[in-house]
Amino acid sequence: MAELTDLGIAAIRDGVRGGDFSAREVAEAFNAGVAAAKGLNAFLVETPDHALAAADAADKARAAGEDPKPMAGVPIGMKDLFCTKGVATTAASHILEGFVPPYESTVSQRLWDAGAGMLGKLNMDQFAMGSSNETSAFGNVVSPWRRAGGGNAPLAPGGSSGGSSAAVAARLCPGATGTDTGGSIRQPAAFTGISGIKPTYGRCSRWGTIAFASSLDQAGPMARDVRDCAIMLQAMAGFDAKDATSLQLEVPQWERGLSGDLKGKRVGVPKEYRVDAMPAEIDALWQQGIDWLRDAGAEIVEVSLPHTRYALPAYYIVAPAEASSNLARYDGVRYGLRDLPAGANLQDMYAATRADGFGPEVKRRILIGTYVLSAGFYDAYYTQAQKVRALIARDFDRAWERCDLLLTPTAPSAAFALGEKSADPIAMYLNDVFTVPSSLAGLPAMSVPGGLDAAGLPLGLQVIGRALDEQGVLDAGLAIEERAGFTARPERWW
Amino acid sequence: MSVEPATVKRVAGLARIAITDEDAERLAPELGNILGWIEQLGEVDTSGVEPMTAVIANRLRLRPDVIDADPLTGGGVRDALMAGAPEAEHGFFTVPKVIE
Repeated sequence: MAELTDLGIAAIRDGVRGGDFSAREVAEAFNAGVAAAKGLNAFLVETPDHALAAADAADKARAAGEDPKPMAGVPIGMKDLFCTKGVATTAASHILEGFVPPYESTVSQRLWDAGAGMLGKLNMDQFAMGSSNETSAFGNVVSPWRRAGGGNAPLAPGGSSGGSSAAVAARLCPGATGTDTGGSIRQPAAFTGISGIKPTYGRCSRWGTIAFASSLDQAGPMARDVRDCAIMLQAMAGFDAKDATSLQLEVPQWERGLSGDLKGKRVGVPKEYRVDAMPAEIDALWQQGIDWLRDAGAEIVEVSLPHTRYALPAYYIVAPAEASSNLARYDGVRYGLRDLPAGANLQDMYAATRADGFGPEVKRRILIGTYVLSAGFYDAYYTQAQKVRALIARDFDRAWERCDLLLTPTAPSAAFALGEKSADPIAMYLNDVFTVPSSLAGLPAMSVPGGLDAAGLPLGLQVIGRALDEQGVLDAGLAIEERAGFTARPERWW
Repeated sequence: MSVEPATVKRVAGLARIAITDEDAERLAPELGNILGWIEQLGEVDTSGVEPMTAVIANRLRLRPDVIDADPLTGGGVRDALMAGAPEAEHGFFTVPKVIE
């Protein structure tokens, strides 16, 4: 039998149900894997006892002949943006060091209610601001992938959900939660050869998830294949009265509905996504993806999303503006860090605490956000950005008159080396060029692995769907997965 | 776009982030570059376009008009919430003296 840590969510769930192995054996195998992978720096906190307790509950329920819970016996990784009761939660920032939430986020609670257990809290870009996991206050996450024949330069696992992507790719957990504000599930999934879906805005409750940009933040699963994403998303999603933007809708049975048959579907290829200087390999993979979807029965149509090039600048007004407001709560009074210089007054304490507690990228975004919201600039920047955002959403609405889904590359390149882009904020921001537009429009979007580049690194394809059409997105993802036959995995060096 | 170090200091003051003169000198061109890049939005003709207020159409709900409708977000959890405070006394958050 294969090693238990090689199994995905569905295989573990089914194996535990069928009695092929116990949930405890699974949890022990993954706990050992996590403990032996310090070199990746993917976990900020390890919680082996949580995983074991959930596993024992699953085994006990099975022995008692109870109906199995949907994720009984499946241990997962939890991005450190989700508050977990009694387990330190920092958003990878010094300003929350030592914070132990007295409550559980809705998304994590739903996963525990579904029978899942927690292996630990996953490293990430500080407050989810970054595309390479280099802004964590607790060190970079190192991708388990290495360039073939290109030396051992440590590579970025993507960001902000970089601990999640590295852990799933390295088989430290079969699935992990991620959050996506402008691409933070999809880009790291693409960089590490795994799958990840950002659902429609409002599907997953934001309650108890540390806020970055509230009109964009959405939780979603990252796992090894499309079916596993469907299972985990089903457990995470659902109405929550504690989040004013939560959608009051039934959670569809996405796993049961999965079908890679795309007959009758029209897939749009947006011409504006053919950006200058896109590597030929990405272009070739995109064409390959088009052929795969046509082979699956879809009709391919060219569509236009004319405001695509304005999505990133609009995002870099809206997201920092919301962040500057959300992060005002870190004041050294109620939780987290306090820095009180001798003789300081209250205002000095706020300023010293925030100067000491926030990392450089977080400060940069708070300053940008404060600037664009400040008196005299608000209309020119923020109001204009929200108007452009409305135009971007309208572009998608018009595209849906001609097609049901969109296919694009996930990121403009394969994983880059740590340190390669960290000196130039705008070069780093450009990583999200293909993922940000759908975030601004709140649409469901998914990345699935399509193949490898010449250096042996994974490349991802992105499927974007209409609001609430996660099923269509997952189905197209499955059609790609069935044809890509992606089996590459990083060789263990850590 | 050019941003003066004095502007950086003013914005940092608004954001309650202490910065040194050297920080302001270093950040001024960096923020200037980013702001210059996002200024391309000015090219977009947005006449007659309403700014987006909700990304997915949703109806705002009212919660039941009862005390502690949700036990998690209701009252009665003072001590649990204050357990994480850097400094608290007698059930209050403490801060440096603000009234002479």
